[in-house]
Amino acid sequence: MASDKVKTFTDGNFDQETKNGVVLVDFWAEWCGPCRRLAPTVDALASEFDGRMTVAKLNVDENPAVPGRFMIRGIPTLLLFKDGQVAETLVGLASKEDISRLIEKHIS
Amino acid sequence: MTVPAPPDRHVIIIGSGPAGLTAALYAARANLKPLLVEGLDAGGQLMLTTMVENWPGFRDGIMGPDLMADMRAQAERFGTEILESTITKVDLQHRPFTLTLANERTLTTEALIIATGASARWLEIGSDRKLSGHGVSTCATCDGYFFKGKPIAVVGGGDSALEEAIYLTKFASKVSLIHRRDALRGSKIMQDKAFANPKIEFVWDSEVAEVKDVEKGEVTGLVLRNLKSGALTELPLDGLFIAIGHTPNTSLFRGQIELDGNGYIVTRDGTKTNVPGVFAAGDVQDHVYRQAVTAAGSGCMAAIDAERYLESLP
Repeated sequence: MASDKVKTFTDGNFDQETKNGVVLVDFWAEWCGPCRRLAPTVDALASEFDGRMTVAKLNVDENPAVPGRFMIRGIPTLLLFKDGQVAETLVGLASKEDISRLIEKHIS
Repeated sequence: MTVPAPPDRHVIIIGSGPAGLTAALYAARANLKPLLVEGLDAGGQLMLTTMVENWPGFRDGIMGPDLMADMRAQAERFGTEILESTITKVDLQHRPFTLTLANERTLTTEALIIATGASARWLEIGSDRKLSGHGVSTCATCDGYFFKGKPIAVVGGGDSALEEAIYLTKFASKVSLIHRRDALRGSKIMQDKAFANPKIEFVWDSEVAEVKDVEKGEVTGLVLRNLKSGALTELPLDGLFIAIGHTPNTSLFRGQIELDGNGYIVTRDGTKTNVPGVFAAGDVQDHVYRQAVTAAGSGCMAAIDAERYLESLP
């Protein structure tokens, strides 16, 4: 089961939730093998950055509007938002260390 | 004078596809207490497949990710320790061998089994990589969903290209299969399936010269070059799937172990590499068969070879 530190975003609450601060969103789906592989990494990042950043998942099957808006055509994709703007895009798998380094650049 | 520390492990396995996990299973059952470092693409290429119909023993087929989950559990049941990490550096010049993990921790081992597999090859025309995740993909099962009712293309002419094209017709309105020659390389059964599929259209003797449109950040079409006439044509579409083969994951070992001209590890006399104590199994050393079952077979061989090597040490 996903860590309770990871929020669930939907088409409905996405704008509200990403408006302020630094937010990492994991776009995923049940049928995507690599997404399953990335899930524990995302959980670990949520613990590592607890209190300094929001970490969330968005299921692209159930929420097609947001992935459409950000022209996501492949998953897993991680988007890092800073005050509502996309600051980083990461397509495919990456190690926890590499993702952490990317996040650190945007957290003062 | 200091006494050197004993190695952390008898055997470490790098890679967690069928080769790595089978090596781990055999090494664990031989009481070698193996450590397996999973790598980034844990589970290997079968994680990107759906139904696997040629794994013996499953008469109705088995889902690739399920097969890998079972292999992993089986290797763990006999005492394999699995590390969810990647190796960033190896030292095979000194003994015991030293491996450096992504978190900079180091591990030493007497024997090493390399089963790092191969990864999908890109076209390397620049525009394909730039549009990765925005319409260009090497994984139909991951990304086909995003092209419901849209025209797309698959590049390649082998079994995996045909398999991807057929799979993608579940989503796409049309799949153009682009191939450099005027005949396919894939097996008869896959060719028949592809030719019979009304949604698949064949574009022969052609290569992708450019994927458009990098500036827009999405795929809007392809520029195709006819290899016989040299003529350039445009094909408007929404997505491109690349299935032109694989490159072995050997950059970690370059300069320390013998590789062939295409970067594959050279093995002889079973799974032995030119460095005694280092063994290689699966797609990282096999550009001929490249099957899950042959990878598993060579993983078993590597474990047995490593066991004999360890027995021969003073």
